[in-house]
This record gives sequence, C-alpha cells and structure tokens, in this order.
Amino acid sequence: MSYRLGVDVGGTFTDLLLINEKTGTMWTAKVPSTPEDSSIGVFNGIKSVCKNARVEPSKITSVMHGTTVATNTILTGTGAKVGLITTKGYRQVLQIARSFVPGGLGGWVIYNKSDPLAPLSLTIEADERISARGEVLSKLKVGQLAKDIKELSNKGVEAITVSLINSFANDKHEKEIRSIIRKKKLLPKIPVSLSSEVVPEMQEYERTITTVANSYVRPKVAEYVKNLQKGLKRRMKDVKLRILRSDGGLASAKASSDSPVNLLMSGPAGGVSGAIWIAKQAGYENLMTFDMGGTSTDVSLVKNGVAEQTRETSVGDVTVRASSVDVRTVGAGGGSIAHVPELTGALRVGPQSAGATPGPASYDKGGTEPTVTDANVVLGYIPAEHIALGGDKSWKIRKDLAEESIKPVAKALGLSVKQTAAGIIDIVNENMYGALRLVSVEKGYDPRDFALIGFGGAGPLHANALGKLTSSWPVIIPPGPGVLCAYGDVTTNIQDESSMSFIRRFSHTNKQEVVKIFEDLAKKASKTLDAEGVPKNKRTTSYQVDLRYLGQGLTINVDFELSELKKKGLNAIGEKFDVLHEQLFTFSLDEEKELVNLRAIVKDQALSLKAPSVKKGGPRPSKDAVIADDAKVYMDGKNKKATIYNRSKLKSGNVIKGPAILMEMDSTTVILSNHKGKVDKFGNILITPQG
Amino acid sequence: MPAKIVQKNNKKFNRVKLDPITLDVIENSMFSARWEMDAVLFRTAMSPGIREQGDEFPMIANLDGKMVVGQFGSFIHGFKEAFDGTIEEGDMFLTNDPYSCNGAVSHANDWLLLRPIFKDGRLIAYAAMFGHMTDVGGKVPGSLPTDATQIFEEGVRVPPTKIYKNDELQEEILNIILHNCRLPIWNKSDFNAIVASIRTAEKRVIEMANRFGDDIFYSALEDLLDRNKKAMGKLIMNTVPTEKQYFEDYICDDGLEMGPYRIKCAMWRKGKKVIFDFEGTDPQSISSVNFFLNEEMFKMFCGVYMIMVFDPAIMFNDGFYDLMEVRIPEGTLLKPNYPAALSCRTHALGRIFDVLGGLLGQGAPEFLCGAGFSDSPHLMYSGYDKNGEWYQLYMIGFGGVPGKPMGDGPDGHSLWPSFTNVPNEFLESYFPLVIEEYYTVPDSGGAGYNRGGNALCTTYKFLEPGEVSIHDDRWLTYPWGVNGGLPGERSTKTLVKKNGETKLLQSKCDRIAVEEGDKLYHVTWGGGGCGDPFTREPERVQFDVDAGLVTRQGAKENYGVVLRKDLSINKAATVKLRAEKTKARGKVKLFDKGFSSIKELKARCKDETGLEAPADPKFQKWMTAS
Repeated sequence: MSYRLGVDVGGTFTDLLLINEKTGTMWTAKVPSTPEDSSIGVFNGIKSVCKNARVEPSKITSVMHGTTVATNTILTGTGAKVGLITTKGYRQVLQIARSFVPGGLGGWVIYNKSDPLAPLSLTIEADERISARGEVLSKLKVGQLAKDIKELSNKGVEAITVSLINSFANDKHEKEIRSIIRKKKLLPKIPVSLSSEVVPEMQEYERTITTVANSYVRPKVAEYVKNLQKGLKRRMKDVKLRILRSDGGLASAKASSDSPVNLLMSGPAGGVSGAIWIAKQAGYENLMTFDMGGTSTDVSLVKNGVAEQTRETSVGDVTVRASSVDVRTVGAGGGSIAHVPELTGALRVGPQSAGATPGPASYDKGGTEPTVTDANVVLGYIPAEHIALGGDKSWKIRKDLAEESIKPVAKALGLSVKQTAAGIIDIVNENMYGALRLVSVEKGYDPRDFALIGFGGAGPLHANALGKLTSSWPVIIPPGPGVLCAYGDVTTNIQDESSMSFIRRFSHTNKQEVVKIFEDLAKKASKTLDAEGVPKNKRTTSYQVDLRYLGQGLTINVDFELSELKKKGLNAIGEKFDVLHEQLFTFSLDEEKELVNLRAIVKDQALSLKAPSVKKGGPRPSKDAVIADDAKVYMDGKNKKATIYNRSKLKSGNVIKGPAILMEMDSTTVILSNHKGKVDKFGNILITPQG
Repeated sequence: MPAKIVQKNNKKFNRVKLDPITLDVIENSMFSARWEMDAVLFRTAMSPGIREQGDEFPMIANLDGKMVVGQFGSFIHGFKEAFDGTIEEGDMFLTNDPYSCNGAVSHANDWLLLRPIFKDGRLIAYAAMFGHMTDVGGKVPGSLPTDATQIFEEGVRVPPTKIYKNDELQEEILNIILHNCRLPIWNKSDFNAIVASIRTAEKRVIEMANRFGDDIFYSALEDLLDRNKKAMGKLIMNTVPTEKQYFEDYICDDGLEMGPYRIKCAMWRKGKKVIFDFEGTDPQSISSVNFFLNEEMFKMFCGVYMIMVFDPAIMFNDGFYDLMEVRIPEGTLLKPNYPAALSCRTHALGRIFDVLGGLLGQGAPEFLCGAGFSDSPHLMYSGYDKNGEWYQLYMIGFGGVPGKPMGDGPDGHSLWPSFTNVPNEFLESYFPLVIEEYYTVPDSGGAGYNRGGNALCTTYKFLEPGEVSIHDDRWLTYPWGVNGGLPGERSTKTLVKKNGETKLLQSKCDRIAVEEGDKLYHVTWGGGGCGDPFTREPERVQFDVDAGLVTRQGAKENYGVVLRKDLSINKAATVKLRAEKTKARGKVKLFDKGFSSIKELKARCKDETGLEAPADPKFQKWMTAS
C-alpha cells in the first residue's frame, strides 16, 4: 500500500491531504503555519494527518509541495549576495534595465527605482564577445577575469551569475567561465547560474535578470528543500519530495534547488491546479479562477482543463522570463483600505492594505482604517455574532469597530455607513473584475463561456458578485479553500520543459531543421523524467513555438502536434498563428512569419483520483444546518433578512436561496438575493441566478 | 466651416444625478479600456517606435470631444474646427498634417486615427489613437530631415480624411498613402494595429453604456470632467501665485548651425484662472525644429505635471481646461506659419517640460525637480546590406532623469511614458551593427542632495556602409540643477573612422556616410541635480562610488566627500572639506543653469565642446507675418 501527500503552506494554516494511491481514499489535516520555519508546521501536519488516517508515515512514498519560499525571498529582499559577470561594456545591464519609467507622463517625478538584485559593486566584466549569430568575435581573456573573480570571492558573494551578450546563440564562453570559477579553485563550491542554461533566449536584460533572480533565491530555496527532505527522510525512508513549479508541473527536489526561478508562482499555481481538478469533478473544464486573500487577488483562465500560461513571471518589481500559469494579481484583498482623497472627493479602495498587522479594524488588533473586511462585517456578510461558530473560538469580530472605521469615509461621501460599506465592496469588486477582464476579454475570450471558481480567504464572499459582473455561471465555491491548494499539489504530475531561441523567417528555414530541433528539445526535457524513473510509455510531450509576423516585436505562443508539423510543414503552425492573431487583435496579416522561440514540454501521466463525495439530501437543507434564519444583511441598497448555514451540515442536492451566508472553518460564502446555490455531489456550491 | 455631426437619432442625453459609487466604478472601467488600447497596439505594431518605445497616445473622449481618459489631452475640438465636412456613424478619420488639425499631431510621422462612437444612432463618445510611424516618405529615411525648410520635404501629408466610410476601408486612399512610404508594410501593419485598438475602445464604451444605461454613462463622463475641474481648481489656487513668474530655456541649435532658440513663458494667476504667455519666444526657425504646440495640449502637459508634482491621487482628464489660458504668439518657434517644416519638433517639445518645471517650481521650490532628459535623441542608420536588402533603423536614446525631491533620478532612463529601450541583442540580430559598449557615464548626472541620473553612452560599430542621422540637443546649454544641485553634463557624438580618424559630430546631423568598421560614440546628457550636494549623506555618495556611478574624484569635488583607498569614508576630512566648499559657494541658487549669458556660453563653446559656437539665428520676414 502506498500513499502520497500534498502539502500547502499558507500564511495562517498549513493544509495537508493524504491519499491512498490504490483506493483513492483521502484524509485531510489543518494545522497552524509556522512562518519562522515552515517545515515545523509541515511535520506537525504530517503527524496529525497520519494519526487521522491511521497510516504509518513510512508508507508515504511521495510528498508534493507548493512553496512560497522563493517568492518571499524576493519580496522581503533577503536573498543571496549575488556576483554578476557580464560581457565587457555591459556591466550596467541591470542598472539601465529597459530604461522604463512607469506611471504615465510625468511619472518620473514620483518614481524611485530600486537597486539591482545583483549590486553593481559585485558586477564584473569578461573581455569576450560573441555575435548575434553565435560566432566568436573575440575570444575570452582569462587573466584579468580570474583576478576579478578572486576579488568577488573576497567580497563574500554567495552565488554567481554569468550572463554574456548573445549567449543564447552560443554558450561557449559562459561554460568556460564556469570552469574557471571551479578549476582555478577560486570558488569551487559556490552555486553558479549560467544564463544560457536558465533561459537561453534573446534579450540581454531579461535573460540576465532571470538568471540573477535564480542565483538570488537559490541558497534559501536549496536550504529549505534540503531541510525538508532531511526531515521527511527521517520519518519516511524512500520518500520522494516534489515541488510544484510556477507552470503547474512538478519538479524533483534537485531540479527545484538548481532552478528555483521556476518556483516563483508555485503557491498560486497550486490553487489553480486544485481548482482545475475539483471543477473537473463537478463537470466544468472552462473556468476562471478567483483567489482572493488578505492583500491581493489572483485570477487566471482555464480552457479545456488547461490553465493559460505566460512566459513572464512578476514578483514585486522583478519580472523574469520563466513559464508560469498566467496568474494576474491585483492589489485588492480583504485588508485593502478605503479612503477619500481630499481634492477629488472620490472613493478609492487600496492599493494600501492593513495586512495581517494591524489588520482590519473589526479584528481589534490595533487597526483603525476601514478595510474591505470591515465593509463585509458592516453589511452582515461576515456575521460578527456567529463567527466563533466557524473558525478559531478565541477569534471575535467587532462590528462596532468596523462601523467606527467607516464613519469618516461615509462622512466625506455624504452617505450612510451601510451605503458606504456597499460602495467599498462595489469598488473592490470592480478592481477584481478588471483583473478577470485581463485574462478573458483582453485575450479574446468571452467570460460568459466560463464558470467562475472562488476560493482563498475572501473569494467566497465576493465570488457571487463577481459572477454577476462577468456573467460567468455557475459560480463554484469548492469545499475547504485551504485544502484546495493541497489538492492541486497532489494531483499534478512531473513535467519539465526545454526551450531555445531560433530566430528564422519561415522562408529561411525548413521543416526538417525545425523538427530536428524539437526532437532534441524533447530529449533534453525528458532527462528530468528519466532521473525520476517515469516510464516512457506514461509520458506525453507537447510542443510550442513563439511566432510573430516579420517586423513585430512581441510573439504569440502557439501549441501544435509534431505530427502536424511533419506532415504539413511550417504552414500548419502559421495557420494556427493567423487564427490566434485574429482572435486576440481582430485582424491577421498576409505577411511572412518568423519563428522566435521553440519549446518542448514533457509530462508524466496524471494520477486519476476522485474527489470525496458528501451525503445525499433533498432540495431543502436539513434544520440542523441552519445557524440563524433572521440575520440582518444590507443588500441591493436595502436591509434584508438572510439565513446563515453551517456548510459542513449541507448535503448534496440541497438548494439554498439567497440572501444566504454559508459558514465553514476558514471561509464564508455569500449568496446574493435572486441567486441560488446548489450543493453538488462533492460538496461544491454551484451558484446561479434564480429563475 | 466646422465639422457637422450627422446622427440618425437626435434625442439629447439627460444629465442625471449619479451616486458617487457608480461614478467611481465607471471611472475604473474607462481606465481599463484605455490600458486595453495600449496593450492591443503594442502587441501588433511593427514600428519599433510604437512597439518598444510606446510612442503612441490613446484617448477616449466624451461626445463634445473632451478627453476623459488618455494621455496627451484632446485635440478633437481643434480637429472639428478645422474639418469642413460631416462626422457620421461608421466614419474613421486619418490625418498626419499638423496644419489641418491645429497641431493635434505635431509632425507627419504621427498618424492620428479618430473614431466617433455611435450607439443607437446617437454620438456617445470618441476614441482616438496616434502612433509614430518609422517612415512616411520625404527626403530622408525616417522622414525627419533636420535641414528641411518646408513641410513638403517631410513626407506624405494626409489632411483629415475618412479612411473608413460606413465602416468600409477606403483602400485606394490608403494605397496612395502607403505608396509614398519607404516601409509600406510597417505602415500598413501599424495602421491596422491602431484601428484594432480604437475598435477595442469602441466595444468597451458600448458595453459600458449598455451596462449602466446611456444617460448614466453620459452623465458619468460629464461628472468625471467636473470632478477633475474641482480638484485642479483647488490645486491652482494653492500653488500658482498671482504675481508673474518668468522662465526661459533654450534649444541649442537648429541643425543649420544657428542657435540657440529661446522659449520664454510667463505664468500668473488671475482669479481662479492660470495664464501662460509665451511672449518673448523666438520666431520660427527656417529649419525643421519648429514645434506646432496646440494650446489644449499644453494645458494637458501642465495639468499632468501639476498632478504628478503636487498630488498624484488626482485622476487626470480634460475637465480643468477652462481654468487655463494659453497664449502663443503666431510665427514663433511654437506656432510657426505654414508651410514651415516641423519634423524635428522633439527638442522643443521636450524643452517645454523643463520650462514648465521651472515655472511651476518657483511658486513652490520644495517641489522643484532638476532639468532633465527632456528630449528623445534619435539615431537613424540605413542603407543596403551585402545581399542588396534595404535596412533602416530608427531608435530613441535615453539618458539621465533629473534629481527630484523624492529621490535620485534613474541612470540612462526615459522621461517619456512607457518608453523602453530596444534590446541590443535584438538590434544586432536585425541590423548590421555591433554594440560594443552600453553604460552610463560616471559623474554625468548633476550632483545634488538627490543626484541627477547619468547620461548613457552607446558605442555602435557599423558592419555595412550606410548613412547615419542624429538628432539630439543639450550639447551647448546644460540640464540645469535646482536648489543647490549642479547641472548635468552635456551630450556629445563622436565618430571614429576605421583608420583611426576622429570626427566630432554635430548634435543634429543628417546622412553622415559611415563605412564598415566605423564606430559611433553616442553620449546623451545627464539629469540636473536637486538640492545641496554637500548635504547628501556620505554613505549614499560612497555607495555610488562603489557602484561606479560617481568617481572618487567626483565625490570629492562635487559632494565634498573624502574616501579612503578602501572606499571607507574619511569623516573628519569630509566635514572639513564640506565646510570649506559650502563657504566658498555661498548661498544655494534656486537654478544653476551653468552659464551667466548666452554670449559667455558661446565664448567658451569651442574650447569645451570642440564644436564651433552656433551663429545667431536668422529669421525671415514672412515667418512673423500672421
């Protein structure tokens, strides 16, 4: 009997999901997170879930884990001291960046640029040059470079990045530099990241920042993974630790430690994967995910069960070239603060957030500014008087403090406190609607063709309202928003990808040349799966190419089958590109096309699992599910009565009419008037308009 | 005759009272629509000027043509005044002629498309977008001839024309226009991209009107304009004094070795209104450095600048236009008479921002920023490669952003919104050149409590024979410093021939022949410093020296900071040196322009720059005739 374990470390709770791989039986556990060393929480959780399941930890053969260690390292600026080696003449590549100043006309007046991730004082130049076509224009000169590396070593660098001009076309010099660092015994043990290995694509700034970011988070991530693995090995002998990557695939512990830049979106990717899996069980494969937390909201779009991908990942003000699930983040969450600037008298919500400390005013932890959470409390959507029935018993919500915090805003607007609270919710919903539009209408998708799945601490509170704005029905509220990420961790599979820049017009290359490159890329990407012992017959390989019309700057990512390419040639890809271009931008051109980047992705087969089902019941919820039937809420500009339910007592087939509030341990769901929520076989609430 | 609006449905919109929340929601949606316009254009355009450098300007305006969201203010009023014809459902207008749209676009490279948006037979809004085309024909590749004396030398001119009628593309007209361009495929693609972006805006406007109701949508746009007027009204009262403030600055030359040209402006407040008067600005140039400045556009520059400096929380639109009056005398550099050449207007356009900063800052010195990278230096390189294929590069350079009260100016960055550099690996892949160096020049940013950003040095090695054109400025006058900050360093351009011969190039020059192996050292200018450099924390100076952005010598001379060999700060020596230097300098100057008079500046020009001082500009009589 073998078991696999999914682990999600959140800000407050660590969620675990244990699965019997043969029978599909599942057990969950929820323990407090331990931010100072999150592995402690993980081990506590393992103890707890194994106890529930009466399973010996040693029976667990694989642990799947989504982590925010890489992200937090960048956000908190606590990464390694990175030394950077560039081509002569390019020492300031990160200082100059793309010369971009955000904020529109006059934006420079208030723009302060942050210092590069690799300080200029630790950046040295190598005397060498390679052309854009990969010819060596000037050989690498070793003497001075070795001296400068020695100097870096004296300055105490903890990781080194080598990023030379045009190394995407020829990696010879970058490799030579690595062996100099090693062979001369200069810094034999230091981790070295080469740009030609991390992201062998054109554009010197992007390639450099990506590789530097890799070096920057590498020691922290490697240490975290090492400790976790050590602790796991002590409890379970032959366990395999796998980490969820930003693109939604799993990587081995070693691959994660070597290329942690691929983990920057690991956390959100877990949520999206979990949402995909659970929505699929409920019968929906086209959906938008809506994950609203305390300070921000992540949204993404899933088509035919596959999340849209992007080639760029942003964390704070660092944007790197790394594949990730296309998650768009807006700075709108439960903690976003409402305010009225004096000169305009307009109501604004965010981007400032009360965060966890001091938190919303109603949490009574010192916060006094009105937040979105406080507005929800004032409106009765978070029922202050019943909240202890749900989560932490010591947790009290103070409605009076929420009202107090909103008063000044209400006064500035000349509205009542309740009207103002409703306004705050409308504005924050509009901000999140903007993010949903980015992943849907702006990419040529009609949101009405998608279901909307809401999770995260505050997602279920706002999802119904967002569904109204996007007309995306049903709105799906899965059971247990925290465990959703753990579902995601446990149900994904190992994958790796390999890519390269190959910039050629269609007329300057041919089918054979391109097919050969793709086959080589597939072989390269397979190595990870070879190392993990994934059988060949269980792998699937997919192919992507970034294309553009000759002369355009940006590219569109096109998926295709290798067999199509072999049979019909490059035009088969070209036609797909025309269709996508038309879908995205309303027109296509009769111009020559150009290949830019080629990519192969190899995946292990997914484990087939079924979600646990809940007990069956009739349309009417049983009486013991009702916590209160006369709760006061403010909805549609009126005071109304709503019914409050204990979600854990709802049965499949139950239909709940709005206005209603469903409470569970770590979240609250609002069903608006004129809407109804149906409980499905797996305990999902499917909200649709009534009638 | 002004334009006539033809509607099937003449029912007037009702101005209804809106709750503040709906208003804010609509404002948010309008912003989303505006960003979407950018996104569509960037992704599909071919001209690098649009695509990499964001040289494009979207707008959504209300049915009177006032900009509600956008960037450069509305020109629709001027357009309607100048256009003798109808505006109907299904129309889309194209123009690139500054003289027939009252300066809505200011040179022929900018193609402006304007779409009236109709809903149920009624005009409900406008969407517009313009973008900079790489080439529109004319006497030089890139269509920006420095030495042009009439607009006819600057490429194909399109008066306001219905390029779509009844939603049908007038292909024959478009073909005639494209036929006059050197890279017609690019122009066609960019045209398509602009159309797509406008259609996106149209779709969003109709969706919003459907969602909220036509009257509410209409009223919301009116309210948003009013709200801005109210906020700007308060801002003007708080920051603009009633006594006249003067400021003047210069563009260094006209490309015909004459200069500098003075731009002078007075500003004062009369009641609630602020008045800008450009009396004293030099007459128009006989070359192409004239900038046809639309008054409404200047209001917008001014409004944006005030918002950014004083209160960035204000959402920007055209609502405050009644609160400003702009007077530009005819026949001047800023309002040249037809058919003056206009293509190289970028220098005067940029300098307007320095003038504005200087004017507004006098009333509130604590908000004053240094003079900066108020230009976009162009480099063009074109010819036939070994395979007989035509190559044509047009790119914009970057430099030092000024020091400002909030902090240092970034090095080698852009003052213009959404401009980004073109990756050197991209350039090397598509053009016959190698970029050997790409760095910012130590000490070139003006010293200050907040340092001006450094100038950018790019070293191009050409791999094919061809021709190079350069358009830059601030090689004679300095980017000034403020409140004790020093001026930034001036720009230089040097060509080193393969045989080792070195030639200093003019800041503005066209069709310089280059051969394989020649190198161009293209150095822009640094930003002016802000605040007293002797008060800058020694640790920040030390950091810059360690980073190689300021030299050890520069630290000592400009900041009075003495560093030891290991870069540690010699505190005692620093305190002493700073005391001496502060005493020698005396009181800090509000502006440090780096010269006492133009005469004095010209006298040392040859010694300092290696170039002859420009002659005084010659003005011709017809230029000042109205």
